[in-house]
Amino acid sequence: MSALTVTGLNKSFGGLHVTRGVNLDIQPGERRLIIGPNGAGKTTLFNLITGELTPDTGTIELFGQDISKVPSRDRAHRGMARTYQIITLFGKDTIIHNVRLALLGLSPTRWNPWTDLRRHGRFTEQGHKALARVGLSHIADRPLGQTSYGERRRVEIAMALAQEPKVLLLDEPFAGLSIDERRDVHKCLMAIPRDVTIVMIEHNMDVALEFAERITLLHFGEVIVEGNRAEVVNDPRTREVYLGH
Amino acid sequence: MTAMLTANNGTRLAVLGLALLALVTLPLWMPGIYYVNVGSQILFYAVFALGLNVLVGYAGLVSLGHAGLFGISAYATGYMLQLGAGHSVAIVVALIVGVASMAVFALLSLRSSGIGFIMITLALGEILWGLAYRWISLTGGDNGISVRGRPAPFGYSLTDPVHFYYAALAVFIVAVVMVAIFVRSPFGASLMGTRDQPRRMNALGYHVWMIRFYACLFSGLLTAVSGILFVYYTNFISPQTLALTSSAEVLLMVISGGPGTLLGPIVGAALVVVIKTVVSGFIERWNFLLGAIFVAIVILVPEGIVPGTVRLWQLITRKRVSAPAANAEAASSEAAP
Repeated sequence: MSALTVTGLNKSFGGLHVTRGVNLDIQPGERRLIIGPNGAGKTTLFNLITGELTPDTGTIELFGQDISKVPSRDRAHRGMARTYQIITLFGKDTIIHNVRLALLGLSPTRWNPWTDLRRHGRFTEQGHKALARVGLSHIADRPLGQTSYGERRRVEIAMALAQEPKVLLLDEPFAGLSIDERRDVHKCLMAIPRDVTIVMIEHNMDVALEFAERITLLHFGEVIVEGNRAEVVNDPRTREVYLGH
Repeated sequence: MTAMLTANNGTRLAVLGLALLALVTLPLWMPGIYYVNVGSQILFYAVFALGLNVLVGYAGLVSLGHAGLFGISAYATGYMLQLGAGHSVAIVVALIVGVASMAVFALLSLRSSGIGFIMITLALGEILWGLAYRWISLTGGDNGISVRGRPAPFGYSLTDPVHFYYAALAVFIVAVVMVAIFVRSPFGASLMGTRDQPRRMNALGYHVWMIRFYACLFSGLLTAVSGILFVYYTNFISPQTLALTSSAEVLLMVISGGPGTLLGPIVGAALVVVIKTVVSGFIERWNFLLGAIFVAIVILVPEGIVPGTVRLWQLITRKRVSAPAANAEAASSEAAP
């Protein structure tokens, strides 16, 4: 059974077709890279898969279950997590509180208005474990405002990992990072176990190609090339619309 | 660091203890009953402001129609008493009507956030104000509804201003404790998350709309409680209580004190009530003074009096701590060859 299956996905904003009949079949444990020039519809595809946007037509299946009509928040409960291209964190809080919120999101405790959140020690413990996976547990109590851009990227990944997702969607996790920060994030991603299927949008081909097993090239909302690394890189259409050489 | 945190907690507890002592002994040291009544007003307006702060401060939803909800509870109390119901029944009905009205408000206004939410709550508040004016058979129109007497829980008659003050104080303390527990709870954390990053919260599995809806109900409950205290205090309710100016006034209490803080709305309520009732006796153009104070707050402490004062205090104490250290450093560098 496929981890994620997208069939005939179409989305238009007025007269602009942002995805046209997109089909994806991603196997459990696979590392899939989505590439394409700016405006190809990559982030829109992520927004459709996570339910932040509703497709005009087409279906999305998560481990064989049709989730096309499932609200975005419930997809998180079914094992789908994501990070954002533009870092979207809780800037006034500490790193550990950000991760605690991720953990709380999947727990019925989130409705509890009676007890002090700090008394629910398991969220803090699990949060520290998630932060340890991205190498940030030593600064867990630091306010987010006092962290570097690279650390924030890793907090985003820690939040997603804390939810123990089955399918993880990473939207440009290396964007805006220095060489050292890229290396740290790359290390985090490589350490994610195979029971997590990863779909990643990335422009930085050096790190992304090393990470991905299969690659999908989007252009004007359409899948134009799909295959393994060698197949996609050597395809003349990839060179024409994306690599440019 | 730990010692500093313990010291801060100690200072905070000492300040809170002193404030509580001052509130409990207020009727003993206030110069007259008039000021005890001012104290009662501060307390029930503080409960009102705490209720609005749940939305403005913790949910990021600015309501300009809360006076309508405040008035509905007050009218419900008055109307039930007019029908011959006892105080207990009138209070319970007023609470139910207040929370149910908030639920309707929320169903209509939570379709939007930001400016949209403000405009819908403003419109709903104005509708209630218009109904209070025009539905004369129910509300008495311009003449309003007079309420006779005050309850006497456990034989403790609230007709006496000092007794009423203590009843208001008890309700106020319960409200403060409720809000304090609420904001520290997992639900409170979820609510503040929806204020800061609703899109992210949704992706993390939170039902953003439902969280906001429950927050509205809690806000409605506190607003209804304050409306009931208000009608028993004044023994009268008229459409003026539901007017936009009343909604704006309580919003100013929250904003001036410090939205998203526990103490801010209380300080804001005290400021507005004191200027409206006490200072207005000495200064004819008290509105001008109130406006000038708000301008000063916005310029000097835009985050509100309470968080702004804390920030300024920290700035001063940090300078005090760093100045001797800097002097010592300068002295040692001068002494060096």
